[in-house]
Amino acid sequence: MGRPAFRRSRGDGPFRFASTAAGVALLAIMAAIGVFLVVKAVPALQANTSHFLTELTWQPNATKPAFGIGALAFGTAMSSLLALIIATPVAIGVALFISHYAPRGLASVLGYIVDLLAAVPSVVYGLWGVTFLVPFVQGPWEFLNTYFGWIPLFGGDQVVGRSMLTAGLVLAIMILPIIAAISREVFLQAPKMQEEAALALGATRWEMIRMSVLPFGRPGVISAAMLGLGRAMGETIAVALIFPATFTISFRILGPNGNSIAANIANGFGEATPIGTGALIASGLVLFLITLLVNMGARFVIARRKEYARAAA
Amino acid sequence: MTVETGIRPISGSRRAKDKIVQGLVYLAFALAVIPLVSVLWLVVKNGIGRFDLTFLTHSMRNIGARDAGGGAYHAIIGTLEQVLLASLIAVPVGLLTAVYLVEYSSGGRLARVISFFVDVMTGVPSVVSGLFILAFWVLVLGQGYSGFAGGLALSILMMPVVVRAAEEMLRLVPHELREASYALGVPKWRTIVKVVLPTAFTGIVTGVMLAVARVAGETAPLLLTVFITDSINTDPFSGPQMGLPLFVFDQAQRPNVTAVDRAWTGALTLILIVMLLNLVARLITWWRSPAKRGS
Repeated sequence: MGRPAFRRSRGDGPFRFASTAAGVALLAIMAAIGVFLVVKAVPALQANTSHFLTELTWQPNATKPAFGIGALAFGTAMSSLLALIIATPVAIGVALFISHYAPRGLASVLGYIVDLLAAVPSVVYGLWGVTFLVPFVQGPWEFLNTYFGWIPLFGGDQVVGRSMLTAGLVLAIMILPIIAAISREVFLQAPKMQEEAALALGATRWEMIRMSVLPFGRPGVISAAMLGLGRAMGETIAVALIFPATFTISFRILGPNGNSIAANIANGFGEATPIGTGALIASGLVLFLITLLVNMGARFVIARRKEYARAAA
Repeated sequence: MTVETGIRPISGSRRAKDKIVQGLVYLAFALAVIPLVSVLWLVVKNGIGRFDLTFLTHSMRNIGARDAGGGAYHAIIGTLEQVLLASLIAVPVGLLTAVYLVEYSSGGRLARVISFFVDVMTGVPSVVSGLFILAFWVLVLGQGYSGFAGGLALSILMMPVVVRAAEEMLRLVPHELREASYALGVPKWRTIVKVVLPTAFTGIVTGVMLAVARVAGETAPLLLTVFITDSINTDPFSGPQMGLPLFVFDQAQRPNVTAVDRAWTGALTLILIVMLLNLVARLITWWRSPAKRGS
């Protein structure tokens, strides 16, 4: 920024070099993550007697290793989507509450309270989920099954607390603060003149929000939801404690099934053979690539709109 | 005498819709706060019972599956060392990257690429950073599980947070300060070290504290790099260690009430540490905020 001093000092070169090198090092780390995961995944993939992308079971530790990402990828996608469906409407409500409804003086304090949700470690949500939430939701889930069982998602003969929907609920709580925080920043940047114009023309608060805040904020909310989706897919320990760790593909979200790539890594690592570890690394590579795509998509949407520059951080 | 304004009151349906949305928005906030209150309440209620001196000063060595007693001393030591090592790596790299982005790059292609990937890096799942260090440090380099490997994994998660926080603070430093320094003939690097960084110091400290608080609660990367032990290991450079999040995960999976009680107390200790870091960060911001100094 700006032109430096007239004469170059001897310290300038090294300092400039060091700071540039640090930046390049970050890029190198991102590349190295991909490279080393591939390096350690390849031997396991070569030993695999089944097809990695379509196989459902996970038996990499057997003498004839057979494992595939199928059921795990399904579980990751399903639980994250459930989390997104639950969290996004609530997060938009929270963001509107803090940006347009809460009293001025209280807004920042209330925003801080929501941010605190993000400060609770993942493992604590897992402990809370498995000891409190799992027994607690048994009743409500049975209610859903009894009265809304005609919807395929809620159908099935078995209803358990440790189900896909419970994991989705815990994930929703964990990604809510990030979606709410970014949406809030975007809503706060909606053009004040438009808002005041709408109010001056006699619009109610909701009409003002619908006409000026929401259209302005839509791309921001979409990318916030995508960031939340990426976070939910990578979330490990909380769901590792909740999922029953099955290897099936089932849309019965109340039934005793559910697993995810990340949860499988946490649960399977302890007893993994070298091939087993390689298989877990291969599944981690898939997770890395998916979250990379989702995050890059989200950042691209934010970066394209200059007005959002502040929210992007 | 009333003036005829021609303005009619808002119709009932519009008013109702407005009130309904207001109700929904308030409800959304309540829904978001309920789990927070529930988690904190249960952690305090279930954790306070074992939150004693034994817990804070003893390890789990020679504590059988059904035994009461035992503690998280080994895990607390491990967490402190791992987070310290992670900070020692992530803070210099993050800070220098921020200096590059703000002071040296003039918005060129490299700066935009780095900036974009710093954002993408914040989204790298913690378990993937653990797998990376497992593949690179433990398996390819054959260094074995250690607290240091855990520190490496955590540092990857910390770096982008530190870069973003430091970058934001460096951009807040008034340009006049730099120009005044240049005008006195001070070279650029000394201007950065002696003028820009000290001005942004408190803000950067706050950002670092928040980054530390974020990684202190991470479990997945530690599981893959630090492994698990019941004994005290104060040397982070050799042999498996424990970490407080790992301790909670480990105890929570055991089927005994005594173990689950220890998990809750571990969770309480962890939350206290994280909240303390958060609070200190906020206090530093508040204490040294520009508004308070009247500038």
